[in-house]
Amino acid sequence: MNQEKKIPLIRLAKRDGVQPTTGWLIRIASIIVALLLGCLIIMITGANPFEAYATMVDGALGSEVFVRQTVKIAIPLLGCALAIAPCFKMRFWNIGAEGQITAGALAATFVARLLTGSVPSIVLLIMMALAAIIGGGIWGLIPGFFKAKWNTNETLFTLMMNYIIIGVVAWLQIGPWQARQGRMAQFHSDAILPKVAGVHCGWIVVLILVVIIYFYMNHTKQGYEISVIGDSLNTARYAGMNVGYIMMRTMFLSGAICGLVGFLVASGANGTLSSNIANGVGFTSITVAWLSQLNAFVMIVISFMLAILTKGADTLQTSMNVPVSISNIIIGLLLFCMLGCEFFINFRMIFRSKHHEKEVGKNG
Amino acid sequence: MDNIISFIVALIVAAITYSTPLLFGTLGEILTEKSGNLNLGVEGIMYMGGAIGLGGVFYYEKLAGSPNGYVAIVVAILFAFIAGAIASLIFSFITITLRANQNVTGLALSIFGTGVGQFVGEYMRVREGGYVSISNELKDFFIASPFPKFLQDIPYLGKILFSHSFFFYLAIVLAIVMHFFLKKTRKGLYLRAVGESPATADAAGINVTTNKYLATIIGGGISAIGGMVYITTLAGCTWNHEGLAGFGWLAVALVIFCMWRPLSAIWGSVLFGALMILYTRLQIPFVPTEIYKILPYVVTLVVLIISSIRNNKEKQPPASLGLAYFREER
Repeated sequence: MNQEKKIPLIRLAKRDGVQPTTGWLIRIASIIVALLLGCLIIMITGANPFEAYATMVDGALGSEVFVRQTVKIAIPLLGCALAIAPCFKMRFWNIGAEGQITAGALAATFVARLLTGSVPSIVLLIMMALAAIIGGGIWGLIPGFFKAKWNTNETLFTLMMNYIIIGVVAWLQIGPWQARQGRMAQFHSDAILPKVAGVHCGWIVVLILVVIIYFYMNHTKQGYEISVIGDSLNTARYAGMNVGYIMMRTMFLSGAICGLVGFLVASGANGTLSSNIANGVGFTSITVAWLSQLNAFVMIVISFMLAILTKGADTLQTSMNVPVSISNIIIGLLLFCMLGCEFFINFRMIFRSKHHEKEVGKNG
Repeated sequence: MDNIISFIVALIVAAITYSTPLLFGTLGEILTEKSGNLNLGVEGIMYMGGAIGLGGVFYYEKLAGSPNGYVAIVVAILFAFIAGAIASLIFSFITITLRANQNVTGLALSIFGTGVGQFVGEYMRVREGGYVSISNELKDFFIASPFPKFLQDIPYLGKILFSHSFFFYLAIVLAIVMHFFLKKTRKGLYLRAVGESPATADAAGINVTTNKYLATIIGGGISAIGGMVYITTLAGCTWNHEGLAGFGWLAVALVIFCMWRPLSAIWGSVLFGALMILYTRLQIPFVPTEIYKILPYVVTLVVLIISSIRNNKEKQPPASLGLAYFREER
């Protein structure tokens, strides 16, 4: 009797080797739960939730123009999620994607201002992309260097780096690079990415990146080193890996990809640079990467899903007068549910009575 | 000479006005981080506190007809605190009970909280026919000093010491109480132990889960009051689209800057407040105003780097900051 009291109502046991299908079923269930919670929020505004969801899907996918706009939103999300994946695999919490995008876009804009007119368009675009890769890469390398050398907390470091570069761009925007009324001039048409199927060709770039990152993380020596460091820093050291060097290399890579995304957004989507060019993408993409279990191909699905919600909420505001911030609420709920559901994938709950009987059965 | 003094006095007074929301945000986050939880959702929490605190006052005034200023302040604090506590409860449940990654959950809370804040603000505006604002008497009450006139009239000192809103003095008291709690009480020691090494604390019989939950929820509530203070004292008691303009992230920075010490947060927040408004008061040639605005972040970064290089044991983040604790895992 006494002993039974000591066994808690719910015990947890780690599940070993969950079937991938079970895992994904639980994740899909969590998405459904989140959307149902979203229904409650929509009902507060007095709108019909099912009608609202239908409007959102229609607004995001209902016509070719809408689909193009949705894809445009998904491109930077997917690109940055890919960039963040190697860092997170290494348990290096890079939350500086926001700044690395901005740094990349800044570098690309610098080149565009310098070289427009003096070189052919294709050369200019390649130069801009390279500058963005270097710019973003350096912005990622700095926190990596301090982490490697003095173990400076990378979460806080990368967070501060975001606001510094955004502030610099804000200064350029109203200062030396201002064209009119606190805005920079649009790029010359030479510096604008060409369109493929109605959307700037950035979507091809990120899809290629998906394959590259997948391959890099799963089938290369460098990817293997990253996952060893992520699993156990000491193991990596005993195995003779140069942990500091690998950290810096990975952070450069991550920043470089973010920088490239910054170039895609500046040159492809916006046609100019502004201080809010990242616009929260750096933060949202972290959640995309994490929810995809750092799997490059799953990221395509998740980023597209968030893009549908964002684009759909725009339509919702105009057609049903529901505040556009509903998209952030639903995305937030979605993230909460998906983050929480990992627990049910990794752990098994054992209730008291059932467990007790089993134990007795075994002993007897 | 007189000019310079009155300039400095005006600067300090303005800096303190800007520092108050930050100080609340920072104190809340210090308490949270002392338990080893890195809650990056402060921005979202402060948004929720701002919008819901304002909503509380607005509807209180509507219902009461002739509102009492003191009640209004209590209502505002209560609503903001509850909003922040609920937001942090979500965070705590997902990170402590469901053991999800704290960084990602915090960012999700930021997205969610800014969404809720904007949504509540927007929703009230639509329902009330375009404009949510409270009466001028209440507005004045929120920014008025609680001290008698003759104290405020002391030349210079009166302005610096006694002319601020009630919230500033509340924040100071809170900082002192929190310092005392963390350094001098057994419960505070337990909390710090949980943040430094949960496994050790657990072995010593301290309930890690309860400590983490309480610290995070109360901390979130305190941070949310900061959002409300921003809206009622700096944003003129109205909800606009800019919301809080990054004050939450600045609060996260300030926690590092003051090295997790509540008393240092007081002067730290005044310094940050001064850095934020310096550009409106003092034009230094060749230094553009936008560059001023990044100074708080640069200063924080320098502090972070120096503290990691010096590796002083007293001045470090709580050792288990950002890490989930599994009793079963070794």
